[in-house]
Amino acid sequence: MAVLIDLVLMGMLAITALRVIFLKDLFAVVMLFSIYSFVSALIFVSLDAVDVAFTEAAVGAGISTVLMLGTLALTGRKEKESKHSSVLPLLVVTVTGAALVYGTLDMPPFGNPENPIHQHVAPRYIEESPKEVGLPNMVTSVLASYRGFDTLGETVVVFAAMIGVLTLLGVRRNEDDGAPESGLQSHRVLHVVAKVVIPYVILFALYVQFHGDFGPGGGFQAGVIAAAAMILYALVFGLPLAQRVISPKFLQILAPLGVLLYASVGLVSMLKGGNFLDYNRLAHDPLHGQHYGIIIIELGVGVTVFAVMLSIFYAFASQAERSNVQ
Amino acid sequence: MSFIVDYYNYWIVVFLMMAGFYIVISANNLVKKIAGLNIFQTSVFMLYISMGKVAGGTAPIVVEGVEVYSNPLPHVLILTAIVVGVATTAVGLALIIRIKRAYGTVEENEFENSDDAI
Amino acid sequence: MLVLDILSAILLLAGVFFGFTGAVGLFRFPDFFTRVHAASVTDSIASILILLGLLLQTQFDLNTAKLIFILLFLMITSPTASHALAKSARHGGLLSIPEADQKKESP
Repeated sequence: MAVLIDLVLMGMLAITALRVIFLKDLFAVVMLFSIYSFVSALIFVSLDAVDVAFTEAAVGAGISTVLMLGTLALTGRKEKESKHSSVLPLLVVTVTGAALVYGTLDMPPFGNPENPIHQHVAPRYIEESPKEVGLPNMVTSVLASYRGFDTLGETVVVFAAMIGVLTLLGVRRNEDDGAPESGLQSHRVLHVVAKVVIPYVILFALYVQFHGDFGPGGGFQAGVIAAAAMILYALVFGLPLAQRVISPKFLQILAPLGVLLYASVGLVSMLKGGNFLDYNRLAHDPLHGQHYGIIIIELGVGVTVFAVMLSIFYAFASQAERSNVQ
Repeated sequence: MSFIVDYYNYWIVVFLMMAGFYIVISANNLVKKIAGLNIFQTSVFMLYISMGKVAGGTAPIVVEGVEVYSNPLPHVLILTAIVVGVATTAVGLALIIRIKRAYGTVEENEFENSDDAI
Repeated sequence: MLVLDILSAILLLAGVFFGFTGAVGLFRFPDFFTRVHAASVTDSIASILILLGLLLQTQFDLNTAKLIFILLFLMITSPTASHALAKSARHGGLLSIPEADQKKESP
């Protein structure tokens, strides 16, 4: 039965990807890409990867789509006809695809518990992590504790992306020219519904942040959801008003603070005599130390991701505002 | 039949990878290339997650009474990969906006030779 | 309980039926505004029926509360999304079929 669901969903993905190849209208391409992300999040759920599904739905179907639509507002909706023939790319793709399919015939069968991937490393983490870290969510315990250094690197990558986007685009300081006219002024229904919905979205983001130890969730998803709430506010009420609520300067201070929080947890463990990011030293008892360490670094990650996503959105949207004004 | 059931996941992933790859190498418009790149990335994630699935297991969250869990290690890897992917997409789209401002177009065949002219 | 199972099966099937008719309507209706109506059928009645059918399957625990929250959130946001879509099309100047015919007749 689960096989049937998998098959149907994968078939939908294949049809979506095929359709994207032949479409010339870029708006439809972006919408199909968002559907692709969403269906792949469903496939992740049916493959038991709930944390990954959460992140893919929030990031792929949320932030990526908004950023691509923001780019389309500046670069135009239609793709022009391409002059060169498509025989050579088709040939390259077919040869590569055939080679890959030939390679997959060597792989172990799907879902078999005897696969090599399940043999040595994974059982050790499944057995030991509830005892050493004490959290029900094994993915969070591996991500934040056993592999905490990689997650620090990931946070720094996200921060570097913000620096890159701000260097390339820059956030337009809004000249205070009276009433914020942009935004959907005459859309009363949207104003009311947005005002009702946004606080609950932020509450949900906080729930996901702190509940990441016990269920799917954690810093990344929470940061993206909170950024989505602010993006909704900016879309409905206008960018100048949103920039008055949370100013770009504040975000530029907040993002490095998150990374600093994360790295300083590592430094504190070193000062207490352990290794970098060794949470066992943070409290009187290793298990409590792990819990403190994980909560603090997840907070750092959530804060950074929120600030970065919102900064990138501000950069894209103020480009669109500027070109509209011109 | 069981041969197909064992491997269809991987074959569809290869098909999606090749669709994304084809979009990247043959599309003229830069935004469509970025969309194709994201399609490619998501299909790679699906490959890793299907390798981590254990038949009859549940999500890797410890609950009472469950013995078999799916492998949590590919999930951790892919979580990082998704976030890095969106960071790359954001920087790529920012570059596209600057290209549009500098060259006036985002169609590749229209600006690929104009650097020599400058 | 068998009664609850049968009731939830009926609700789920009804929800699937409405979802299917919404999808068919999306293809077969002639005009943008009628198609938005068909899509909003999927958003509102189909999702409500499916979620009610799933509610009957849970024992009264945390999952029930989560499903009720999802139901409330969907009932608030999906009609708003359809409204926003139709309103922005209207704002952009799209005319419905009777209005377009009227405009063609009186130049």
